[in-house]
Amino acid sequence: MIREKLAHILLALAASAVTLTAHAESGWNQLNMTQGVTHISREIYHLHMKIFWICVAIGVVVFAVMIWSIVNYRRSKGAVPDVTLVHNTRVEFIWTIVPVFILVAMAVPAARTLIEIEDTSKTELTIKVTGFQWGWQYDYLDDGVMYYSRLDHRSDAARELLSGIDPESVEHYLLNVDHPFVVPVDTKVRLLVTGADVIHSWWVPAFGVKKDAIPGFVNEAWFKIDKDKPGLYRGQCAELCGRDHGFMPIVVDARSKEDFAAWLKQTAAAQKQAAAPATPAAAPVPTAATEEKAPWPKS
Amino acid sequence: MAESHAAPSDSSQYYIPHGSPWPIRASVALFAMMLGAVAYLNDWAGGWAFAPGAVLLAYMFFGWFSTVIGENQHGIFNLQVDRSFRMGMMWFIFSEVMFFAAFFGALFYARVLSVPWLGGEGVKVFTNFILWPHFEANWPTNGPAHVGGLANGEFTPMAPTPIPAINTAILLTSGLTVTIAHHALRAGNRARLALFLALTFLLGFTFVGLQAHEYGEAYRDLGLRLTTGIYGSTFFMLTGFHGLHVTIGAIMLTVIWLRVLRGHFTPNRHFAFEAVAWYWHFVDVVWLGLFIFVYWL
Amino acid sequence: MAEVLTTASHDDHDHKPHGWRRWVYATNHKDIGTMYLIFACIMFFVGGGAAMLIRLELFKPGLQFFDPQFFNSLTTMHALIMIFGAVMPAWTGLANWMIPMQLGAPDMALPRLNNLSFWILPFAFTLLLSSFFVPGGAPAGGWTMYPPLILQTGAAFPMLIFSVHLMGASSILGAINVIVTIMNMRASGITLLRMPLFVWTWLITAYLLIAVMPVLAGAVTMLLTDHFFGTTFFTAAGGGDPVMFQHIFWFFGHPEVYILILPAFGIISEVIPTFSRKPLFGYEAMVYATASIAFLSFIVWAHHMFTVGMPLAAQLFFMLSTMLIAVPTGVKVFNWTATMWKGSLSFEPPMLFALAFLFLFTIGGFSGLMLAIVPADYQYQDTYFVVAHFHYVLVPGAIFGIMAGVYYWLPKWTGRMYDQTLAKWHFWLSTIFVNVLFFPQHFLGLAGMPRRIPDYAVQFTDWNMVSSIGGFGFGLAQLLFPYLIWKCVRSGVPVGPRAWEGAHGLEWELPSPPPYHSWTTPPSDAVIARGAEH
Ligand code: HEA
Ligand code: HEA
Ligand code: CUA
Ligand SMILES: [Cu+2]
Repeated sequence: MIREKLAHILLALAASAVTLTAHAESGWNQLNMTQGVTHISREIYHLHMKIFWICVAIGVVVFAVMIWSIVNYRRSKGAVPDVTLVHNTRVEFIWTIVPVFILVAMAVPAARTLIEIEDTSKTELTIKVTGFQWGWQYDYLDDGVMYYSRLDHRSDAARELLSGIDPESVEHYLLNVDHPFVVPVDTKVRLLVTGADVIHSWWVPAFGVKKDAIPGFVNEAWFKIDKDKPGLYRGQCAELCGRDHGFMPIVVDARSKEDFAAWLKQTAAAQKQAAAPATPAAAPVPTAATEEKAPWPKS
Repeated sequence: MAESHAAPSDSSQYYIPHGSPWPIRASVALFAMMLGAVAYLNDWAGGWAFAPGAVLLAYMFFGWFSTVIGENQHGIFNLQVDRSFRMGMMWFIFSEVMFFAAFFGALFYARVLSVPWLGGEGVKVFTNFILWPHFEANWPTNGPAHVGGLANGEFTPMAPTPIPAINTAILLTSGLTVTIAHHALRAGNRARLALFLALTFLLGFTFVGLQAHEYGEAYRDLGLRLTTGIYGSTFFMLTGFHGLHVTIGAIMLTVIWLRVLRGHFTPNRHFAFEAVAWYWHFVDVVWLGLFIFVYWL
Repeated sequence: MAEVLTTASHDDHDHKPHGWRRWVYATNHKDIGTMYLIFACIMFFVGGGAAMLIRLELFKPGLQFFDPQFFNSLTTMHALIMIFGAVMPAWTGLANWMIPMQLGAPDMALPRLNNLSFWILPFAFTLLLSSFFVPGGAPAGGWTMYPPLILQTGAAFPMLIFSVHLMGASSILGAINVIVTIMNMRASGITLLRMPLFVWTWLITAYLLIAVMPVLAGAVTMLLTDHFFGTTFFTAAGGGDPVMFQHIFWFFGHPEVYILILPAFGIISEVIPTFSRKPLFGYEAMVYATASIAFLSFIVWAHHMFTVGMPLAAQLFFMLSTMLIAVPTGVKVFNWTATMWKGSLSFEPPMLFALAFLFLFTIGGFSGLMLAIVPADYQYQDTYFVVAHFHYVLVPGAIFGIMAGVYYWLPKWTGRMYDQTLAKWHFWLSTIFVNVLFFPQHFLGLAGMPRRIPDYAVQFTDWNMVSSIGGFGFGLAQLLFPYLIWKCVRSGVPVGPRAWEGAHGLEWELPSPPPYHSWTTPPSDAVIARGAEH
């Protein structure tokens, strides 16, 4: 409520800015978390809205009392202070205990969702995701398919300092990659997330998945995209990882099970004959695995 | 605590110096030292870069403390000032405890969490399966890549005996001797005080000597170095910082001893002595923690 | 040292040292407090300048001004300067000025240490700021300094580490001084539960400082040895773990954020009763709430790390412990509200800032609570939603708290009343623009804009422009603040001891401006009785 109200005030204030920007409509309605395309992402969205409205409700009550006092107990209106009102065990007890119940009401559904998220059992497909400076490496462990995914060339050109290219003219500016991450819908896909050099974080809002990619460690995450929701889903690296942290997006290409199977088969074959598993564009990236074999520098 | 009275005791007012040149010299000294360290670590200068700061710092400590001691000897500190000093020292020691806590925290984290995880326990099965397939969690360790150590990546951990055990005995004894010295001071038995105080810092320096010997052995024969994985890191950082504190403590005890010989301190007014004694006990207790968690278990 | 001894005996306590010595050799709590406050103000402008550059680059998509690396340096330095250079020194400055006056003490307990803890700071920040000019540029790994990234810093790396060491030393010494002053310098009759809440909150803040600053020092020391001496605390290959640093850092970091806000709670608890002409509601509850917040702040740290892949049990524990903090904080908010209830309110500048604090800090608290909900945090973490959260608690929280304090006590310090109309302009501009600046960042975060990025996808343009406009507005509004103080010092109207009619507390029993040494003779019981009622 407060948020909405303020949002409108802001809209007014921002009117000046609107004129400055090419297509205002696109941005103004970007106000809330996405519902996403997985069961979990929807759970998270509803949890988010629930806490939000509880906070709004509390806010309305608390702020109402404050505003009431500010309006009614003004000295200018001749209000005389009731200096005897210094404490009241009953109300103090109430406003200590009531919040506790409210918190429990929030914690229970939160815990339930969390337990669901942490359940990585019964996954049907396992893919290793390695973040590196600056891009992502996808490794289909069971099928010997591996490729790198980096910022696409048009964004890369436009993002140069004073490139003179108008970002508005680049479609999906900064949110497009050379090789999207292909996965099947309606399949519980397990990601094994790790980092090659520094910490990165693999985040696709539409899946409600954000997992840090930590060098030398492997984190598990999973998602199951709705059967009827194939398509492209975009995300970004969500942990500061150096100069180009802002330029290592994630694009997931969710395909029907059949299409995915076909793609996998074909890519596997292609990569077999091609000597280098990596795309020519990609410099060989030290995965933590090779790192292990490499003789560790004795300092 | 009960409210304190600014009431006059042996000196009517709470003594407030009207300006002092020492703190700013301390700041400059610290700054100079850090600049030296930066220059050295960035290969902009050699080790000598530390020297100016270090010299300044030594000069500052000497000057600052002689000033305060001088004031004290003039009896311008009342009991309330004395109490301020005591509280200050206690909280300073507490901050030191928390500094060590950080490194103990690192030790426990490695032993209880990160090493087992690398070994594939708990939530990190795949860490071991994919990244470190040949690694089995154990302690002590220099990690899955056998960092540091001898040519073959191996190393021998530091045994709790003989030296560490002896050192434990030494420190515990020194804790005892300093207490005896304190009682002697209270009882006005100066000869005894001087003797046991001397014993205390001699024991302290012996400890440092043995520690140095132990380090030499570790570096030469055991392949145990600062760079020997997480065991080497925690071992040397913990024992190293402790050793540093023992050295400082022993030096402070020596200063107190010299002051005793000069006839400073009275049976009921000897803050400096007690401060150093507390510090010594703190160093003592930290060592027990080290002996148990670093050497023994 | 001779000069010290000679001055020691004589009792003319209003004698001031003159010239540069008065400041460089300062041992007087007011002089040192003044230096702290001036330093904090300068740093606020420097850190704010960095923030302005950040908002400038983020005004529209595409890189117009800075290389991404330099942008990251701006972000990192902005945070370090604001937290360690602006807010913490401002609090220590206020503590120096007010605590001895409020406790009936002649000065701080350890005057020389006091000088040291201040004078370390200018050197620390010289070291930190000069890192902009060394090869590799200023630190760019974020104020959280996570390895391995921070280990990629160039020549600035040791400068960062050592400046953090210096800042830590300064805060620890300052905190020791505060604790000793409060515990040992109270005039007889001022029992702990008769102390003003500003003193109480600062006492608890000082405990937090002594407990966590050494831990930060330890953490950065490990970074130093990992970088230069081959230790492997934060390297898996050697059996360490990069996440270990995060645990140690946040064990410091979370209490740190309460270090930034608790003194503000104290100031609000002094200002609201004064301008409601009514004693603070639930004084003891306030004290206990503050203590519980401080206690809880030690067991919530991993709420900054929900995405690092912690075991389920750990995530649940840290979620619950974090949510619990809403309870004591709520008690405070409710007590402040109840203090205004049936009061007789007037709206001088300190009260205005206190009221803005009340509303806007609470909003920041709500977003904090949302962040505590682990599954939701998976979506919020490292987005502008977090940035919005902490700026709501830090800017209209901590900064407004400082403003309220300065506007409250400035007449006491200078003996002159400032231009209240101008101060109200400062208030209204700040309050409006701070919301224009930070409220849209909630939307940006929820819509998926990550933090710590110099450039963004076009759909984030509109709200970023709004935010930047708010930022410039807020920034320009701040220029009124130093001008106003300068004007007050030069040409303010003289005021009596009790500058605000509703004001209670020992500081108001002293003349304005107070004597060089506050209470050379302890206040009489009558004075205390008058002063110490809250
Ligand atoms: C002054 C500083 C300050 C303060 C006071 C707080 C207060 C709180 N913070 Fe905040 N926080 C920061 C500074 C601060 N924070 C900073 C700087 C960061 C980012 C660091 C970085 O990554 O760079 C951060 C990040 C941060 C995170 C991590 C986000 C992420 O990176 O993913 C979380 C998660 O739990 C969190 C939670 C909270 C909570 C629960 C509170 C609570 O204390 C709030 C309690 C207050 C209220 C709830 C409102 C008043 C209460 C009532 C009206 C009673 C009734 C209310 C209910 C029952 C709901 N904070
Ligand atoms: C107390 C702490 C504090 C304070 C007061 C502020 C104040 C401000 N912060 Fe700060 N901020 C942090 C603590 C703080 N911040 C932290 C901890 C981070 C996280 C860093 C990290 O990710 O590592 C952060 C990050 C951060 C970001 C995210 C950067 C990123 O993720 O890349 C942004 C972006 O808008 C921002 C903006 C601002 C602005 C506009 C102000 C304004 O309130 C500043 C207003 C003050 C002034 C402007 C100075 C006074 C005026 C002048 C200097 C005159 C010149 C003015 C003009 C030319 C207009 N801050
Ligand atoms: Cu990769 Cu940020
Ligand atoms: Cu926190």
